[in-house]
Amino acid sequence: MKITEEMVDYVSTLSRLKLPQEEKTRMAGELEQILAFMDVLNVLDTSEVEPMSHVFPVKNVLRPDAVEPSADRAELLKNAPVPDLEAFLAPKTVE
Amino acid sequence: MELWELTALELGGLIQKGEVSPVEAARAALDRLAGEQPRNNAFVTTLEEEQVLARAKAVEAVLGRGEALSPLAGVPMALKDNICTRGIRTSCASKILGDFAPPYNATLAERLQAAGGVLLGKLNMDEFAMGSTSETSWYGPTRNPWDLERAPGGSSGGAAAAVAAGECWYAIGSDTGGSIRQPASYCGVTGMKPTYGTVSRYGLIAYASSLDQMGPLARSAADCAAVLDLVMGRDRRDSTSLDVPVGGLLTSLAGDIRGLRIGLPADCFGEGLDGEVRAAVLAAAQVLRDRGAVVEECVLPIMNYVVPTYYIIASAEASSNLSRFDGVKYGWRAEGYEDLTDLYEKTRTEGFGAEVKRRILLGTFVLSTGYYDAYYKKALQVKAVIKEAYDAAFQQYDLLLTPVSPTTAPRLGESLKDPLKMYLSDIYTVPLNLAGLPGLSMPCGFDGQGLPIGAQLIGPALGEAKVLAAAHAFQLETDYHRQSSAGKEAC
Repeated sequence: MKITEEMVDYVSTLSRLKLPQEEKTRMAGELEQILAFMDVLNVLDTSEVEPMSHVFPVKNVLRPDAVEPSADRAELLKNAPVPDLEAFLAPKTVE
Repeated sequence: MELWELTALELGGLIQKGEVSPVEAARAALDRLAGEQPRNNAFVTTLEEEQVLARAKAVEAVLGRGEALSPLAGVPMALKDNICTRGIRTSCASKILGDFAPPYNATLAERLQAAGGVLLGKLNMDEFAMGSTSETSWYGPTRNPWDLERAPGGSSGGAAAAVAAGECWYAIGSDTGGSIRQPASYCGVTGMKPTYGTVSRYGLIAYASSLDQMGPLARSAADCAAVLDLVMGRDRRDSTSLDVPVGGLLTSLAGDIRGLRIGLPADCFGEGLDGEVRAAVLAAAQVLRDRGAVVEECVLPIMNYVVPTYYIIASAEASSNLSRFDGVKYGWRAEGYEDLTDLYEKTRTEGFGAEVKRRILLGTFVLSTGYYDAYYKKALQVKAVIKEAYDAAFQQYDLLLTPVSPTTAPRLGESLKDPLKMYLSDIYTVPLNLAGLPGLSMPCGFDGQGLPIGAQLIGPALGEAKVLAAAHAFQLETDYHRQSSAGKEAC
């Protein structure tokens, strides 16, 4: 399958990445090569196979609710790139 | 013999007997680290000397009260830099995490602490554990102690190099597609990825959650068993952690493997495998045979499919997992943004390296409308086929023996030129993650250039004891695991 720069643009937007032109061109070529290699999977007939997300049977594990202290707010906010006393700061999203 | 040449259990034994104190062990490690770090760049963060010595003193005090803690109490160790350590920078070797200092400890870090572990620092790796050489680190590549012009493997390259260079007695790495086993192989140390779900992933920064698993790198299979005894077990903070009995691996090692049935999959010894690696792994098979194991050729007819399946699933999960890095809650934020979307895009574009971006884009692509069925769903179906092939093999055999990697350590810079070629070199290790199986890499020889070669032992799910039994028996018979790069330099 041909991977065009438009396809790279589309996937980049979904990924919240904005590649410079040079990187975009290189990435289109590399993705095309990698995806072509992945087509080998089509040799296998898997029409009767259930997709497997987990190798071991997993089931919901339930426990009674218990009130416990959660993480300290000040400590969590210490790692924010733009610090504030009580919130994460980001540019305004709604005018 | 210098302290750094001992295995973790040998040092732990001297500490239990009171012949070496935890503070002496810590000082020996700090000295060694100071000399080796400028050469191999195995660490991203080293703790301050006072911090390490204070911790060693605290362990010494507990031991002094007669509490044994564990066979590894007081033994200095280090953690890969994607394992959260409270208040200590955890960078995933990425620019985007900046000076992130987690507000909590990984469950594994807590368990090692409770067992008397003495943390030296955080180990270098490929950015977000994506890579096979430890060259994609924002903090510069780690170098292989056996040849400083070569890569240590990856992504736990810092862990393998630190153990190989004698900077710590054991290290914890993570393994999503071979990231413990392959660097262990390139650096001549023993490394084990246990069964998926046996070590809590709480506090391991996620790459591909259905495949990620932490495990030890050390100087022997017995050391790996001792570490696993400390860290395995159910954790309510990881809903995929298995509720199964654990512990007792170390005491189970008897060296008797008579009658153990070991399969050698012919599909893992074909085209693409270096001749010297093949010869060394087959020689290892003979050693196991001589100790009474029944080793015979078998089939594993899925090897053509494992690498594409792995890269589809791992990239898909990575694209989702890494969406949390957006420059808002923690880590680094780009400058000069106009609005929120621009902030996200600038931060992620400038904060992630090329390999991480490649996998995010690939993962987003295989999950996108129109391609989901052809790639992602297909990969999940092939994953079921791969698991079935292993189930069939383990109907007949207790263990499988294969190479770890098709070659020995590549020269620095060689692998990054061709990503697809680098992905292909993961062929022998990735299927275990897809099938959730335990695997161990053990040194089994050297190539013509004196570089270590590794053999991989694979067990059925929860077959850690069998894997370790065979590796221990092999190491009773050979001394590849005791050879050091320092010895090579002296020659």
